[in-house]
Amino acid sequence: MSIGTQHASSVVLAVEGVHLGFGGIKALTDVSMSVRKGGITAVIGPNGAGKTSLFNATSGFYRPQRGRVVFEGRDVTRVKPNQRAAMGLARTFQNVALFRGMTVLDNIKLGGHHRLRSNPLQAMAYWGASQREELALRASLEREVLDFLEIDHIRHQPVSALSYGLQKRVELARALAMNPKVLMLDEPVAGMNREETEDMARFILDLQEERGMTILLIEHDMGMVMDISNHVVVLNFGHVIASGTPAEVRTHPDVIEAYLGAHQP
Amino acid sequence: MDWLTFAEFSLIGLFGGGLLSLVALGFVLIYKGTKVINFAMGEFMMLGAYFVYTAHALLKLPLWLSIAAALACIAGVALLVERLVLRPLSGQPVISVLMATIGLGAMIHGGVDAIWSGQNLEMPQIVPRQPLLWGDVLVPGSIFWSFWVAVALIAALTLYFRFTSTGIAMRAAASDPTTAYALGIDVRRTQQLTWIFAGCVGAVAGMIIASINSLSPALSSTALGVLAVIILGGLDSIAGAIIAGLIVGWLEAIAVGYFGGKVRDLVPYAIVLVILMIRPYGLFGTRDIERL
Repeated sequence: MSIGTQHASSVVLAVEGVHLGFGGIKALTDVSMSVRKGGITAVIGPNGAGKTSLFNATSGFYRPQRGRVVFEGRDVTRVKPNQRAAMGLARTFQNVALFRGMTVLDNIKLGGHHRLRSNPLQAMAYWGASQREELALRASLEREVLDFLEIDHIRHQPVSALSYGLQKRVELARALAMNPKVLMLDEPVAGMNREETEDMARFILDLQEERGMTILLIEHDMGMVMDISNHVVVLNFGHVIASGTPAEVRTHPDVIEAYLGAHQP
Repeated sequence: MDWLTFAEFSLIGLFGGGLLSLVALGFVLIYKGTKVINFAMGEFMMLGAYFVYTAHALLKLPLWLSIAAALACIAGVALLVERLVLRPLSGQPVISVLMATIGLGAMIHGGVDAIWSGQNLEMPQIVPRQPLLWGDVLVPGSIFWSFWVAVALIAALTLYFRFTSTGIAMRAAASDPTTAYALGIDVRRTQQLTWIFAGCVGAVAGMIIASINSLSPALSSTALGVLAVIILGGLDSIAGAIIAGLIVGWLEAIAVGYFGGKVRDLVPYAIVLVILMIRPYGLFGTRDIERL
Protein backbone atom coordinates (compact mmCIF):
# COMPACT_ATOMS: atom_id res chain seq x y z
CA MET A 1 0.00 0.00 0.00
CA SER A 2 2.78 2.42 0.76
CA ILE A 3 5.19 3.38 -1.94
CA GLY A 4 8.30 1.31 -2.16
CA THR A 5 11.35 2.33 -0.16
CA GLN A 6 13.50 2.07 -3.26
CA HIS A 7 11.85 5.31 -4.41
CA ALA A 8 12.34 7.13 -1.12
CA SER A 9 14.94 9.47 -2.59
CA SER A 10 12.51 10.74 -5.21
CA VAL A 11 9.91 11.77 -2.64
CA VAL A 12 9.73 15.57 -2.81
CA LEU A 13 6.84 16.17 -0.43
CA ALA A 14 5.73 13.96 2.43
CA VAL A 15 3.00 14.18 5.03
CA GLU A 16 3.85 12.01 8.04
CA GLY A 17 1.33 10.94 10.67
CA VAL A 18 -0.64 14.17 10.62
CA HIS A 19 -3.44 14.70 13.13
CA LEU A 20 -5.64 17.75 12.71
CA GLY A 21 -8.71 18.58 14.79
CA PHE A 22 -11.00 21.51 15.29
CA GLY A 23 -12.41 21.30 18.78
CA GLY A 24 -14.09 17.91 18.94
CA ILE A 25 -14.02 17.31 15.20
CA LYS A 26 -11.17 15.20 13.91
CA ALA A 27 -10.51 16.36 10.37
CA LEU A 28 -7.42 14.22 9.85
CA THR A 29 -6.29 11.18 11.82
CA ASP A 30 -2.77 9.84 11.35
CA VAL A 31 -2.63 10.75 7.68
CA SER A 32 0.55 9.94 5.78
CA MET A 33 1.24 10.23 2.11
CA SER A 34 4.08 11.09 -0.18
CA VAL A 35 4.39 12.87 -3.47
CA ARG A 36 6.99 11.60 -5.88
CA LYS A 37 8.99 13.91 -8.07
CA GLY A 38 7.69 14.25 -11.60
CA GLY A 39 4.47 12.35 -10.94
CA ILE A 40 0.82 13.20 -10.62
CA THR A 41 -0.54 12.29 -7.21
CA ALA A 42 -4.27 12.57 -6.63
CA VAL A 43 -6.18 12.75 -3.35
CA ILE A 44 -9.76 11.57 -3.65
CA GLY A 45 -12.54 10.89 -1.21
CA PRO A 46 -16.19 11.65 -0.52
CA ASN A 47 -17.31 15.10 0.61
CA GLY A 48 -16.01 15.97 4.05
CA ALA A 49 -13.31 13.30 3.92
CA GLY A 50 -10.62 15.84 4.81
CA LYS A 51 -9.10 16.46 1.39
CA THR A 52 -9.01 20.22 1.67
CA SER A 53 -7.88 20.02 5.31
CA LEU A 54 -4.98 17.92 4.12
CA PHE A 55 -4.20 20.55 1.48
CA ASN A 56 -4.38 23.34 4.01
CA ALA A 57 -2.07 21.51 6.37
CA THR A 58 0.35 20.86 3.52
CA SER A 59 0.42 24.46 2.33
CA GLY A 60 0.59 25.86 5.86
CA PHE A 61 -2.83 27.39 6.44
CA TYR A 62 -3.55 24.85 9.18
CA ARG A 63 -0.98 23.68 11.65
CA PRO A 64 -1.46 20.00 12.53
CA GLN A 65 -1.52 19.03 16.22
CA ARG A 66 0.72 16.08 15.52
CA GLY A 67 2.83 14.82 12.67
CA ARG A 68 4.92 16.74 10.20
CA VAL A 69 5.15 17.95 6.66
CA VAL A 70 8.46 17.42 4.93
CA PHE A 71 9.32 19.29 1.76
CA GLU A 72 12.55 18.47 -0.05
CA GLY A 73 13.93 16.81 3.05
CA ARG A 74 13.18 19.80 5.27
CA ASP A 75 10.57 19.82 8.03
CA VAL A 76 8.28 22.70 7.09
CA THR A 77 5.50 22.04 9.61
CA ARG A 78 6.11 25.38 11.29
CA VAL A 79 6.88 27.41 8.17
CA LYS A 80 4.34 30.09 7.20
CA PRO A 81 2.28 29.72 4.00
CA ASN A 82 3.93 32.65 2.22
CA GLN A 83 7.37 31.21 2.97
CA ARG A 84 6.31 27.74 1.79
CA ALA A 85 5.08 29.40 -1.40
CA ALA A 86 8.47 31.01 -1.88
CA MET A 87 10.14 27.64 -1.30
CA GLY A 88 8.20 26.19 -4.24
CA LEU A 89 4.86 24.91 -2.93
CA ALA A 90 2.23 26.54 -5.13
CA ARG A 91 -1.47 25.94 -4.63
CA THR A 92 -4.78 26.89 -6.17
CA PHE A 93 -8.11 27.09 -4.39
CA GLN A 94 -11.38 25.24 -4.92
CA ASN A 95 -13.35 28.36 -5.76
CA VAL A 96 -12.01 30.93 -8.19
CA ALA A 97 -9.62 33.02 -6.11
CA LEU A 98 -8.46 35.53 -8.67
CA PHE A 99 -8.07 39.19 -7.79
CA ARG A 100 -11.12 40.72 -9.37
CA GLY A 101 -10.67 44.11 -10.94
CA MET A 102 -7.14 43.25 -12.05
CA THR A 103 -6.11 42.14 -15.50
CA VAL A 104 -5.04 38.62 -16.39
CA LEU A 105 -1.42 39.73 -16.62
CA ASP A 106 -1.45 41.47 -13.22
CA ASN A 107 -2.95 38.38 -11.63
CA ILE A 108 -0.30 36.17 -13.18
CA LYS A 109 2.53 38.55 -12.32
CA LEU A 110 1.45 38.37 -8.69
CA GLY A 111 2.35 34.70 -8.83
CA GLY A 112 5.90 35.78 -9.59
CA HIS A 113 5.84 38.38 -6.84
CA HIS A 114 8.01 36.43 -4.44
CA ARG A 115 10.69 36.23 -7.13
CA LEU A 116 11.08 40.01 -7.07
CA ARG A 117 13.62 41.32 -4.64
CA SER A 118 13.23 45.10 -4.78
CA ASN A 119 11.80 46.89 -1.75
CA PRO A 120 8.73 49.19 -1.71
CA LEU A 121 10.81 52.34 -2.11
CA GLN A 122 12.69 51.01 -5.12
CA ALA A 123 9.36 49.88 -6.55
CA MET A 124 8.13 53.44 -6.08
CA ALA A 125 10.95 54.80 -8.17
CA TYR A 126 10.72 51.91 -10.66
CA TRP A 127 14.24 52.38 -11.87
CA GLY A 128 17.38 50.32 -12.34
CA ALA A 129 17.26 46.91 -10.75
CA SER A 130 13.55 47.11 -10.01
CA GLN A 131 12.65 47.74 -13.62
CA ARG A 132 15.06 45.15 -15.03
CA GLU A 133 13.73 42.59 -12.59
CA GLU A 134 10.13 43.17 -13.62
CA LEU A 135 10.92 43.08 -17.32
CA ALA A 136 12.84 39.84 -16.91
CA LEU A 137 9.97 38.33 -14.93
CA ARG A 138 7.51 39.38 -17.56
CA ALA A 139 9.56 37.93 -20.39
CA SER A 140 9.88 34.59 -18.65
CA LEU A 141 6.16 34.56 -17.87
CA GLU A 142 5.30 35.14 -21.51
CA ARG A 143 7.42 32.26 -22.67
CA GLU A 144 6.65 29.74 -19.99
CA VAL A 145 3.11 30.54 -18.91
CA LEU A 146 1.01 32.64 -21.27
CA ASP A 147 2.00 30.82 -24.45
CA PHE A 148 1.91 27.42 -22.83
CA LEU A 149 -1.62 27.81 -21.47
CA GLU A 150 -2.85 29.56 -24.62
CA ILE A 151 -4.06 32.65 -22.81
CA ASP A 152 -1.81 35.10 -24.60
CA HIS A 153 -4.74 36.80 -26.34
CA ILE A 154 -6.60 37.67 -23.14
CA ARG A 155 -3.67 39.00 -21.13
CA HIS A 156 -4.98 42.56 -20.87
CA GLN A 157 -8.59 41.65 -20.10
CA PRO A 158 -9.97 42.02 -16.59
CA VAL A 159 -10.40 38.57 -15.09
CA SER A 160 -14.03 39.18 -14.18
CA ALA A 161 -14.88 39.33 -17.89
CA LEU A 162 -13.67 35.76 -18.53
CA SER A 163 -15.61 32.50 -18.65
CA TYR A 164 -15.31 30.16 -15.69
CA GLY A 165 -13.04 27.76 -17.57
CA LEU A 166 -10.67 30.54 -18.57
CA GLN A 167 -10.64 31.93 -15.02
CA LYS A 168 -9.52 28.55 -13.73
CA ARG A 169 -6.84 28.49 -16.41
CA VAL A 170 -5.61 31.92 -15.31
CA GLU A 171 -5.43 30.55 -11.78
CA LEU A 172 -3.29 27.69 -13.02
CA ALA A 173 -1.14 30.23 -14.87
CA ARG A 174 -0.69 32.24 -11.69
CA ALA A 175 0.39 29.12 -9.81
CA LEU A 176 2.87 28.32 -12.61
CA ALA A 177 4.23 31.84 -12.42
CA MET A 178 5.36 30.96 -8.90
CA ASN A 179 7.87 28.63 -10.52
CA PRO A 180 6.79 25.83 -8.22
CA LYS A 181 8.53 22.57 -7.39
CA VAL A 182 5.19 21.04 -6.44
CA LEU A 183 1.96 22.28 -7.95
CA MET A 184 -1.05 21.71 -5.69
CA LEU A 185 -4.41 21.90 -7.44
CA ASP A 186 -7.60 21.92 -5.38
CA GLU A 187 -10.34 20.54 -7.65
CA PRO A 188 -8.99 22.01 -10.90
CA VAL A 189 -12.00 20.90 -12.97
CA ALA A 190 -14.82 21.38 -10.45
CA GLY A 191 -17.87 22.81 -12.18
CA MET A 192 -16.37 22.60 -15.66
CA ASN A 193 -18.10 21.25 -18.73
CA ARG A 194 -16.61 18.33 -20.60
CA GLU A 195 -14.62 20.40 -23.07
CA GLU A 196 -13.13 22.60 -20.35
CA THR A 197 -12.32 19.50 -18.29
CA GLU A 198 -10.51 17.89 -21.22
CA ASP A 199 -8.51 21.08 -21.84
CA MET A 200 -7.49 21.28 -18.21
CA ALA A 201 -6.54 17.59 -18.09
CA ARG A 202 -4.41 18.08 -21.19
CA PHE A 203 -2.58 21.04 -19.65
CA ILE A 204 -1.93 19.12 -16.45
CA LEU A 205 -0.57 16.15 -18.40
CA ASP A 206 1.56 18.42 -20.60
CA LEU A 207 3.00 20.05 -17.51
CA GLN A 208 4.04 16.69 -16.18
CA GLU A 209 5.27 15.18 -19.43
CA GLU A 210 6.98 18.19 -21.02
CA ARG A 211 8.30 19.92 -17.96
CA GLY A 212 8.55 17.15 -15.42
CA MET A 213 6.34 19.12 -13.06
CA THR A 214 5.35 17.39 -9.83
CA ILE A 215 1.60 17.67 -9.28
CA LEU A 216 -0.61 16.99 -6.27
CA LEU A 217 -4.32 17.35 -6.91
CA ILE A 218 -7.64 16.94 -5.18
CA GLU A 219 -10.42 15.91 -7.50
CA HIS A 220 -13.97 14.74 -7.52
CA ASP A 221 -14.02 13.84 -11.21
CA MET A 222 -13.09 10.16 -10.91
CA GLY A 223 -12.73 9.71 -14.64
CA MET A 224 -10.06 12.36 -14.88
CA VAL A 225 -8.23 11.16 -11.76
CA MET A 226 -8.02 7.60 -13.06
CA ASP A 227 -6.88 8.81 -16.49
CA ILE A 228 -4.03 11.07 -15.55
CA SER A 229 -2.75 10.09 -12.08
CA ASN A 230 0.26 7.93 -11.33
CA HIS A 231 -0.60 7.54 -7.69
CA VAL A 232 -3.94 7.87 -5.87
CA VAL A 233 -4.58 8.41 -2.16
CA VAL A 234 -8.12 7.80 -0.90
CA LEU A 235 -9.35 9.60 2.21
CA ASN A 236 -12.53 8.84 4.14
CA PHE A 237 -13.54 10.42 7.46
CA GLY A 238 -10.03 11.80 7.88
CA HIS A 239 -8.29 8.43 7.43
CA VAL A 240 -6.26 7.16 4.50
CA ILE A 241 -8.18 4.06 3.47
CA ALA A 242 -6.18 3.16 0.39
CA SER A 243 -3.33 4.32 -1.81
CA GLY A 244 -1.64 3.03 -4.90
CA THR A 245 -1.97 3.07 -8.66
CA PRO A 246 -5.37 3.96 -10.12
CA ALA A 247 -5.93 0.30 -11.00
CA GLU A 248 -5.16 -0.87 -7.46
CA VAL A 249 -7.37 1.78 -5.88
CA ARG A 250 -10.28 1.19 -8.22
CA THR A 251 -10.67 -2.41 -7.09
CA HIS A 252 -9.91 -1.82 -3.40
CA PRO A 253 -12.95 -3.01 -1.38
CA ASP A 254 -12.79 -0.12 1.13
CA VAL A 255 -12.83 2.40 -1.67
CA ILE A 256 -15.79 0.79 -3.33
CA GLU A 257 -17.58 0.80 0.00
CA ALA A 258 -16.77 4.45 0.67
CA TYR A 259 -18.01 5.54 -2.71
CA LEU A 260 -20.87 3.17 -3.41
CA GLY A 261 -21.97 1.93 -0.01
CA ALA A 262 -21.48 -1.47 1.58
CA HIS A 263 -22.88 -3.62 -1.19
CA GLN A 264 -21.19 -3.93 -4.50
CA PRO A 265 -23.45 -3.21 -7.44
CA MET B 1 -25.82 86.76 -4.40
CA ASP B 2 -24.71 87.02 -8.01
CA TRP B 3 -23.03 84.47 -10.23
CA LEU B 4 -19.58 85.86 -9.61
CA THR B 5 -19.78 85.30 -5.88
CA PHE B 6 -21.27 81.87 -6.50
CA ALA B 7 -18.34 81.01 -8.80
CA GLU B 8 -15.87 82.27 -6.23
CA PHE B 9 -17.34 80.21 -3.40
CA SER B 10 -17.59 77.19 -5.67
CA LEU B 11 -13.91 77.40 -6.62
CA ILE B 12 -12.82 77.88 -3.03
CA GLY B 13 -15.00 74.96 -1.99
CA LEU B 14 -13.73 72.61 -4.69
CA PHE B 15 -10.09 73.49 -4.09
CA GLY B 16 -10.59 73.21 -0.34
CA GLY B 17 -12.19 69.80 -0.90
CA GLY B 18 -8.83 68.47 -2.14
CA LEU B 19 -7.45 68.24 1.39
CA LEU B 20 -10.65 66.60 2.60
CA SER B 21 -10.20 63.99 -0.14
CA LEU B 22 -6.66 63.41 1.08
CA VAL B 23 -7.78 62.72 4.64
CA ALA B 24 -10.58 60.55 3.27
CA LEU B 25 -7.98 58.60 1.30
CA GLY B 26 -6.17 57.89 4.56
CA PHE B 27 -9.32 56.31 6.00
CA VAL B 28 -10.12 54.37 2.84
CA LEU B 29 -6.60 52.95 2.46
CA ILE B 30 -6.68 51.50 5.94
CA TYR B 31 -10.23 50.21 5.56
CA LYS B 32 -9.48 48.55 2.24
CA GLY B 33 -6.15 47.16 3.36
CA THR B 34 -7.03 45.96 6.85
CA LYS B 35 -10.83 46.31 7.27
CA VAL B 36 -10.28 48.69 10.18
CA ILE B 37 -11.89 52.10 10.51
CA ASN B 38 -9.11 54.16 11.99
CA PHE B 39 -10.69 56.68 14.33
CA ALA B 40 -7.20 57.93 15.20
CA MET B 41 -6.74 59.38 11.70
CA GLY B 42 -7.27 62.93 13.00
CA GLU B 43 -4.54 62.36 15.54
CA PHE B 44 -2.16 61.22 12.78
CA MET B 45 -2.91 64.49 10.96
CA MET B 46 -2.31 66.49 14.08
CA LEU B 47 0.85 64.63 14.99
CA GLY B 48 2.28 65.22 11.51
CA ALA B 49 1.74 68.95 11.90
CA TYR B 50 3.30 68.98 15.38
CA PHE B 51 6.35 67.10 14.13
CA VAL B 52 6.84 69.69 11.39
CA TYR B 53 6.42 72.48 13.89
CA THR B 54 8.93 70.91 16.27
CA ALA B 55 11.52 70.26 13.58
CA HIS B 56 11.18 73.70 11.97
CA ALA B 57 10.35 76.16 14.74
CA LEU B 58 12.15 74.50 17.65
CA LEU B 59 15.03 72.54 16.06
CA LYS B 60 15.51 75.14 13.29
CA LEU B 61 15.75 72.59 10.50
CA PRO B 62 15.01 73.75 6.94
CA LEU B 63 11.37 73.32 5.94
CA TRP B 64 11.85 70.49 3.43
CA LEU B 65 13.93 68.54 5.93
CA SER B 66 11.33 69.18 8.64
CA ILE B 67 8.60 67.77 6.43
CA ALA B 68 10.69 64.75 5.49
CA ALA B 69 11.58 64.12 9.14
CA ALA B 70 7.93 64.50 10.18
CA LEU B 71 6.82 61.96 7.55
CA ALA B 72 9.54 59.54 8.66
CA CYS B 73 8.37 59.90 12.27
CA ILE B 74 4.73 59.36 11.26
CA ALA B 75 5.77 56.25 9.36
CA GLY B 76 7.42 55.03 12.55
CA VAL B 77 4.33 55.79 14.63
CA ALA B 78 2.09 54.02 12.08
CA LEU B 79 4.37 51.00 12.19
CA LEU B 80 4.26 50.90 15.98
CA VAL B 81 0.48 51.23 16.02
CA GLU B 82 0.11 48.39 13.54
CA ARG B 83 2.46 46.17 15.50
CA LEU B 84 1.36 46.96 19.05
CA VAL B 85 -2.35 47.72 18.72
CA LEU B 86 -3.79 46.24 15.55
CA ARG B 87 -1.94 42.98 15.17
CA PRO B 88 -2.71 41.66 18.67
CA LEU B 89 -6.36 42.47 17.92
CA SER B 90 -6.51 40.79 14.53
CA GLY B 91 -9.36 38.29 14.43
CA GLN B 92 -11.20 40.10 17.22
CA PRO B 93 -14.68 41.59 16.69
CA VAL B 94 -14.74 44.77 14.63
CA ILE B 95 -16.12 46.74 17.52
CA SER B 96 -13.06 45.94 19.71
CA VAL B 97 -10.72 47.18 17.02
CA LEU B 98 -12.78 50.35 16.60
CA MET B 99 -12.65 50.99 20.34
CA ALA B 100 -8.88 50.43 20.25
CA THR B 101 -8.41 53.08 17.55
CA ILE B 102 -10.63 55.53 19.48
CA GLY B 103 -8.57 54.88 22.59
CA LEU B 104 -5.39 55.30 20.60
CA GLY B 105 -6.67 58.65 19.32
CA ALA B 106 -7.40 59.79 22.86
CA MET B 107 -3.90 58.75 23.97
CA ILE B 108 -2.19 60.66 21.16
CA HIS B 109 -4.46 63.63 21.80
CA GLY B 110 -3.59 63.67 25.50
CA GLY B 111 0.10 63.16 24.77
CA VAL B 112 0.16 66.11 22.38
CA ASP B 113 -1.67 68.27 24.92
CA ALA B 114 0.89 67.35 27.54
CA ILE B 115 3.99 67.85 25.39
CA TRP B 116 3.14 70.87 23.26
CA SER B 117 0.36 72.41 25.45
CA GLY B 118 -3.05 73.09 23.99
CA GLN B 119 -2.29 76.60 22.77
CA ASN B 120 -2.46 77.76 19.18
CA LEU B 121 0.96 77.62 17.58
CA GLU B 122 2.19 79.36 14.45
CA MET B 123 3.10 76.86 11.71
CA PRO B 124 5.67 77.62 9.03
CA GLN B 125 4.13 78.45 5.67
CA ILE B 126 4.13 75.34 3.46
CA VAL B 127 2.09 76.44 0.44
CA PRO B 128 2.25 79.98 -1.05
CA ARG B 129 -0.40 82.33 0.30
CA GLN B 130 -0.35 84.85 -2.56
CA PRO B 131 -4.00 85.10 -3.69
CA LEU B 132 -4.84 84.36 -7.31
CA LEU B 133 -7.00 86.73 -9.26
CA TRP B 134 -8.78 85.36 -12.34
CA GLY B 135 -10.80 88.20 -13.79
CA ASP B 136 -12.89 89.24 -10.82
CA VAL B 137 -12.69 85.90 -9.04
CA LEU B 138 -10.30 85.78 -6.11
CA VAL B 139 -8.99 82.47 -4.79
CA PRO B 140 -6.69 82.26 -1.76
CA GLY B 141 -3.31 80.88 -2.86
CA SER B 142 -3.06 78.56 0.13
CA ILE B 143 -6.23 76.75 -0.85
CA PHE B 144 -5.33 76.67 -4.54
CA TRP B 145 -1.87 75.20 -4.00
CA SER B 146 -2.94 72.78 -1.30
CA PHE B 147 -5.43 71.40 -3.80
CA TRP B 148 -2.62 70.62 -6.24
CA VAL B 149 -0.55 68.99 -3.52
CA ALA B 150 -3.52 66.74 -2.82
CA VAL B 151 -3.96 65.99 -6.52
CA ALA B 152 -0.28 65.14 -6.94
CA LEU B 153 -0.27 62.86 -3.92
CA ILE B 154 -3.45 61.05 -4.91
CA ALA B 155 -2.17 60.64 -8.48
CA ALA B 156 1.15 59.29 -7.24
CA LEU B 157 -0.57 56.75 -4.98
CA THR B 158 -2.93 55.70 -7.74
CA LEU B 159 0.00 55.09 -10.09
CA TYR B 160 1.85 53.23 -7.36
CA PHE B 161 -1.08 50.90 -6.76
CA ARG B 162 -1.62 50.36 -10.46
CA PHE B 163 1.88 49.84 -11.78
CA THR B 164 4.44 48.84 -9.16
CA SER B 165 4.88 45.29 -8.01
CA THR B 166 4.56 46.28 -4.35
CA GLY B 167 1.45 48.33 -5.07
CA ILE B 168 -0.19 45.48 -6.92
CA ALA B 169 0.71 43.12 -4.10
CA MET B 170 -0.91 45.53 -1.64
CA ARG B 171 -4.10 45.56 -3.71
CA ALA B 172 -4.04 41.78 -3.93
CA ALA B 173 -3.60 41.42 -0.18
CA ALA B 174 -6.46 43.88 0.40
CA SER B 175 -8.89 42.10 -1.89
CA ASP B 176 -8.12 38.52 -0.85
CA PRO B 177 -5.57 38.06 1.96
CA THR B 178 -5.76 34.25 1.95
CA THR B 179 -4.94 33.89 -1.72
CA ALA B 180 -2.26 36.55 -1.48
CA TYR B 181 -0.72 34.62 1.39
CA ALA B 182 -0.73 31.44 -0.69
CA LEU B 183 1.06 33.28 -3.49
CA GLY B 184 3.95 34.10 -1.20
CA ILE B 185 2.96 37.68 -0.45
CA ASP B 186 3.79 38.71 3.08
CA VAL B 187 0.35 40.02 4.02
CA ARG B 188 1.49 41.44 7.35
CA ARG B 189 4.10 43.51 5.58
CA THR B 190 1.62 44.89 3.07
CA GLN B 191 -0.68 45.80 5.97
CA GLN B 192 2.17 47.63 7.68
CA LEU B 193 2.85 49.49 4.44
CA THR B 194 -0.83 50.40 4.20
CA TRP B 195 -0.69 51.97 7.65
CA ILE B 196 2.47 53.86 6.75
CA PHE B 197 0.95 55.21 3.53
CA ALA B 198 -2.28 56.22 5.22
CA GLY B 199 -0.44 57.84 8.12
CA CYS B 200 1.76 59.86 5.77
CA VAL B 201 -1.16 60.94 3.60
CA GLY B 202 -3.03 62.10 6.71
CA ALA B 203 0.06 63.85 8.05
CA VAL B 204 0.54 65.78 4.80
CA ALA B 205 -3.08 66.95 4.95
CA GLY B 206 -2.65 67.82 8.62
CA MET B 207 0.49 69.92 8.17
CA ILE B 208 -1.03 71.86 5.26
CA ILE B 209 -4.32 72.52 7.06
CA ALA B 210 -2.38 73.64 10.13
CA SER B 211 -0.19 75.93 8.06
CA ILE B 212 -3.27 77.53 6.47
CA ASN B 213 -5.10 78.02 9.77
CA SER B 214 -3.11 77.46 12.92
CA LEU B 215 -1.83 74.52 14.90
CA SER B 216 -3.71 73.24 17.94
CA PRO B 217 -4.99 69.85 19.10
CA ALA B 218 -8.39 70.87 17.70
CA LEU B 219 -6.93 70.04 14.28
CA SER B 220 -7.77 66.40 14.83
CA SER B 221 -11.51 67.11 14.80
CA THR B 222 -11.25 67.96 11.08
CA ALA B 223 -11.03 64.25 10.52
CA LEU B 224 -14.44 63.72 12.08
CA GLY B 225 -16.09 65.82 9.40
CA VAL B 226 -14.08 63.87 6.87
CA LEU B 227 -15.32 60.60 8.29
CA ALA B 228 -18.74 61.85 7.27
CA VAL B 229 -17.29 62.36 3.80
CA ILE B 230 -16.11 58.79 3.72
CA ILE B 231 -19.41 57.33 4.71
CA LEU B 232 -20.81 59.39 1.88
CA GLY B 233 -18.26 57.98 -0.54
CA GLY B 234 -18.42 54.40 0.67
CA LEU B 235 -15.67 53.17 2.96
CA ASP B 236 -13.92 51.05 0.38
CA SER B 237 -13.89 53.29 -2.65
CA ILE B 238 -10.88 55.50 -3.39
CA ALA B 239 -12.69 57.28 -6.21
CA GLY B 240 -15.67 57.72 -3.90
CA ALA B 241 -13.48 59.35 -1.24
CA ILE B 242 -12.02 61.79 -3.74
CA ILE B 243 -15.36 62.80 -5.23
CA ALA B 244 -17.09 62.98 -1.88
CA GLY B 245 -14.28 65.21 -0.56
CA LEU B 246 -14.85 67.63 -3.41
CA ILE B 247 -18.64 67.59 -3.04
CA VAL B 248 -18.53 68.27 0.67
CA GLY B 249 -15.88 70.97 0.24
CA TRP B 250 -18.11 72.64 -2.32
CA LEU B 251 -21.31 72.38 -0.28
CA GLU B 252 -19.55 73.71 2.81
CA ALA B 253 -18.27 76.73 0.96
CA ILE B 254 -21.65 77.43 -0.61
CA ALA B 255 -23.43 77.06 2.73
CA VAL B 256 -20.94 79.38 4.39
CA GLY B 257 -21.42 81.84 1.54
CA TYR B 258 -25.19 81.91 1.86
CA PHE B 259 -25.77 81.34 5.55
CA GLY B 260 -22.55 82.43 7.25
CA GLY B 261 -19.74 80.53 8.98
CA LYS B 262 -21.84 78.98 11.72
CA VAL B 263 -23.53 76.40 9.50
CA ARG B 264 -20.22 75.13 8.13
CA ASP B 265 -19.81 72.22 10.53
CA LEU B 266 -23.44 71.28 10.16
CA VAL B 267 -23.36 70.70 6.44
CA PRO B 268 -21.37 67.48 6.11
CA TYR B 269 -23.43 65.72 8.75
CA ALA B 270 -26.74 66.88 7.29
CA ILE B 271 -25.73 65.57 3.86
CA VAL B 272 -24.56 62.31 5.29
CA LEU B 273 -27.80 61.84 7.16
CA VAL B 274 -29.79 62.27 3.98
CA ILE B 275 -27.51 60.05 1.91
CA LEU B 276 -27.45 57.29 4.48
CA MET B 277 -31.22 57.23 4.58
CA ILE B 278 -31.27 56.61 0.84
CA ARG B 279 -28.12 54.49 0.39
CA PRO B 280 -26.90 53.06 3.70
CA TYR B 281 -23.75 51.66 2.08
CA GLY B 282 -22.59 55.00 0.66
CA LEU B 283 -22.65 56.34 -2.83
CA PHE B 284 -19.90 54.19 -4.31
CA GLY B 285 -19.15 51.49 -1.77
CA THR B 286 -20.11 47.84 -1.72
CA ARG B 287 -23.10 46.71 0.29
CA ASP B 288 -21.50 44.59 2.98
CA ILE B 289 -20.07 47.34 5.11
CA GLU B 290 -20.01 47.23 8.88
CA ARG B 291 -22.80 49.37 10.24
CA LEU B 292 -21.64 51.53 13.09
